[in-house]
Amino acid sequence: MILLFLIWAVIDRRDAVVIGVVEGSILALGAVGLTLVYGVLKFAHFAHGDSMMLSAYCAFLLLSGVVSGSRPGVDAEVLPITVSDLPGATTEVWKFSFGYGLLVAMALSALVTSGILVVLDRLVYRRLRQRKSGIVIFSIASLGLAIAIRSLVLMVWGPTPRKYTTTVRENIDLPFDITILADQLFILAAAITVTVLAYILLFRTKLGKAMRAMADNPELALISGIRTELVIALTWALAGGLVAVAGVLLALQAQLDPQLGFVLLLPLFAAAILGGVGNPQGAFFGGMIVGIVQAVVVTFDFLSPGYKFSVAFVILILILLIRPRGLFGARL
Amino acid sequence: MPRFRAKPSSFIAPATVALVTALLIAIPFERSNGDTSGVISFLVSFLTFVAIYAIFTLGLNVQWGYSGVFNFGVLGFFMLGAYTAAIVTKEPASGSFTDYIGGFGGDLNLLPWLSSEQWLPHLVGLAAAAGVAGLVALLLSVTALRLRDDYLAIATIGVAEVLRRVVIEETWLVNGTRGLTGIPRPLGGLVGSTDYKYLLLAICGGFLVLTYFLIERAIRSPWGRVLMALREDEMATEASGKNVFAFKMQSFVMGAAIMGAGGAIYAYASSSLTPEVFTHFFATFLFWAMLILGGSGNNRGAIVGAYVLWGFWTITLQFQSYDLPDLLQTRMPYIRELVLGGLIVAVLLLRPAGLLPQRRQVSIWVERQLRRRPAAPAGSPTEGASSNR
Amino acid sequence: MSVDSTVVLETRELVTGYGELEILHGVSVSVCSGEMVAVIGPNGAGKSTLLKGIFGLLPVQSGAVLLGGADVTGKPPDRLVQNGLSYVPQVENVFPSLTIQENLEMGAFIRRNGVRERIDEVFRLFPDLAKRKGENTGKLSGGQRQMLALARGLMLDPKILLLDEPSAGLSPKLVSAIFERINVVNKAGTAVLLVEQNAREALSLCRRGYVLAMGRNRLEGEASNLLNNEEVGRLYLGA
Ligand SMILES: Nc1ncnc2c1ncn2[C@@H]1O[C@H](COP(=O)(O)OP(=O)(O)OP(=O)(O)O)[C@@H](O)[C@H]1O
Ligand SMILES: [Mg+2]
Repeated sequence: MILLFLIWAVIDRRDAVVIGVVEGSILALGAVGLTLVYGVLKFAHFAHGDSMMLSAYCAFLLLSGVVSGSRPGVDAEVLPITVSDLPGATTEVWKFSFGYGLLVAMALSALVTSGILVVLDRLVYRRLRQRKSGIVIFSIASLGLAIAIRSLVLMVWGPTPRKYTTTVRENIDLPFDITILADQLFILAAAITVTVLAYILLFRTKLGKAMRAMADNPELALISGIRTELVIALTWALAGGLVAVAGVLLALQAQLDPQLGFVLLLPLFAAAILGGVGNPQGAFFGGMIVGIVQAVVVTFDFLSPGYKFSVAFVILILILLIRPRGLFGARL
Repeated sequence: MPRFRAKPSSFIAPATVALVTALLIAIPFERSNGDTSGVISFLVSFLTFVAIYAIFTLGLNVQWGYSGVFNFGVLGFFMLGAYTAAIVTKEPASGSFTDYIGGFGGDLNLLPWLSSEQWLPHLVGLAAAAGVAGLVALLLSVTALRLRDDYLAIATIGVAEVLRRVVIEETWLVNGTRGLTGIPRPLGGLVGSTDYKYLLLAICGGFLVLTYFLIERAIRSPWGRVLMALREDEMATEASGKNVFAFKMQSFVMGAAIMGAGGAIYAYASSSLTPEVFTHFFATFLFWAMLILGGSGNNRGAIVGAYVLWGFWTITLQFQSYDLPDLLQTRMPYIRELVLGGLIVAVLLLRPAGLLPQRRQVSIWVERQLRRRPAAPAGSPTEGASSNR
Repeated sequence: MSVDSTVVLETRELVTGYGELEILHGVSVSVCSGEMVAVIGPNGAGKSTLLKGIFGLLPVQSGAVLLGGADVTGKPPDRLVQNGLSYVPQVENVFPSLTIQENLEMGAFIRRNGVRERIDEVFRLFPDLAKRKGENTGKLSGGQRQMLALARGLMLDPKILLLDEPSAGLSPKLVSAIFERINVVNKAGTAVLLVEQNAREALSLCRRGYVLAMGRNRLEGEASNLLNNEEVGRLYLGA
């Protein structure tokens, strides 16, 4: 059914599908991180969307050094030196609207976000683990952190949306009549690269395999002598990296908005559950499907674009009704 | 389950309540330069909203505190209840810029000799609100509650978000972002407008007390005891031959109906509704924070949590009227949210049982049940369940 | 058999359980170097609980676990694994979404080098697994899964192997196949603490045995004596 829908969409709504693929690839990155945390730590991480948003702002800070000043609408520069001060960092590369500085900021933000998530695990989740709290307690704690992260961003950068660059975005024409923004091509390429890197980590390295093993059966992992705390830290770090790339790409596709975190939550969970919780490949395809369906559905005349993210919810309920273990099998 | 130590920290709850109360009196007193009547009307309106919010925390407590049902979409049931009650009690839409369905207020004046226009539509609205919220909960439980605990949380967030979008987008339904105003007040014609606030406090407080006693009765019935056993150990309860799903569903629906009713009371008390009010933060997270702070699994804790947190909220709102540096002034709303987010994490880490921990006698009962594993608890649960309806 | 009388693993009056539910009320067993010891008992006697208690998966209320003479009570599993103890649980003893090869790699997580060589050695013992090493474990049959679980437990070349009902749910032919492998492993010098329902086979394979009932030691002694013991025969051997 999904396949039929996709085929029809490709024929009939090609532009929407292109946007959907771009947004889907971003969702996919976020969902892979979410599903890993879900699989390894067994709880629904409600701060995932907000971590994504935080990392996007973090890259913004690294690029511009800007936070909002003492009055709303007035900005202040706080960083003495920013990524943009690197020679040529802001010169636009090819047809993109940004220079290589954005990549640097994205990488640094990935490091920072990974660090933040690992530290939060140490401070909060690990203590709950030691106390053997139920999974629901973890989720409530993550919701508390989500709120804290969002209000922190609002405090530091204010409620008005921001952008990385304000330059005009160039279109490029691809075969089959497809027109796409150069930036979107970059988003797609970056998302695919990072996915491949994550795939290699998960399927070719010992620690990555240990992560999958833990998602499968945490007790057996412990019994086998796998250092579970190390694997958990790595899971957070990887999730942080994925979230940061996703966040920056999303801000590039749309804009930076403190409300983004919550808005993303449903699509992210829909993607992860669609793909089968704990299943990274599944989450990737889940993200793609959710992205495309969202983008295509809002082109229907009878639906207001305001419903865009509600589509994810409908997908979620359908999948829970029909195949609660996801399309590709859950690892839980 | 973390064991709580009752003794050394039992002064924390009274101390917190006393501190909040003192600030709630002192700050308005200072702000209004000692105008007692101003302070009193401030406190009356404060208590009115504490009473309303406590209804939601009680509903949440039925779900999470007593049976471990994980609802992150209080907002959805709140909104459903509030809007249902509003369109039941209002007159039909008229004039430009207003558009909504329903409007049965006039038709419901069935007992004119008892001036029923003052209360009957409100009762019907209350029942409808509870019914609609309960119905949605029933539908949701069929899809998501059967699966994992946390899937229900995600699904309820989803319902809440979709409902919020529907209210905003479908302007013909409940007037979109323009909102509904002029919702008739219960017994509004009986007293003058200056004194109405006391009556309103009595109505909201009365409804809270009623809800409290109903829940307490339900929890003490055999049905409630099974719920408690469920929360302690789902597997063991299942092993003792209880249909765990049915019990969870019943408590989810019951909690949702209470939230719907709370929404109705909220609509009556504030007499206008706009979708902007219904944020996930305000209408879901705040109630969770209240319940966790107060002590989940304890109805009095739920009420104390509502009092303390709404007190904190109101006090910090008062701070804003002081002459603070710009840097703080403009960020007060966010600082409050940050504190709340941090607070919930801190409570979970440092005092997981909350201000008023779950009462011990029930746990003892549960433990006894768990020991004699396969034996069924006394009394027939179905009987208990039906007596709660 | 290279059995000598140095005790490599020992529990002393072990008391443990789940949460506040006490299951073992003081169980003492010991395994000598290179020895194979059977633990038998009725369903729910606490045999699995004993292994979990030894392996630090359950809170020990009192008593002690000694490994090579050192007190390891309550030590986390990764410490025990480093000290040559290995445990194959009764159920859920493989990683279903990993391949066979990956399962074995996980068994050798703490090993820094020589993993590949060890996998080859283990594969020599289980040639059936070697043939399917790239396949996902989820598809394996019950017998192959037990073989894999055993193979995973051997990856660190342990001094002592704790086995929880390796023959559960297998056909008689597979039962003897798996017992044969266990015997080979033991002959190569690994001490085995074998929990079994198949009391007769287990006792005929082992040197000594313990009978547990209701979380307590009931009987113990030479396996041959237990086999001939009237009570054991009546209760567990269906004689
Ligand atoms: N996770 C658990 N939580 C609570 N009680 C448990 C748990 N696992 C086992 N038990 C109880 O502990 C007792 C002993 O169980 P155990 O699994 O050790 O028995 P066993 O001797 O291994 O039996 P079997 O031959 O069926 O494997 C049983 O009464 C069982 O109900
Ligand atoms: Mg067992």
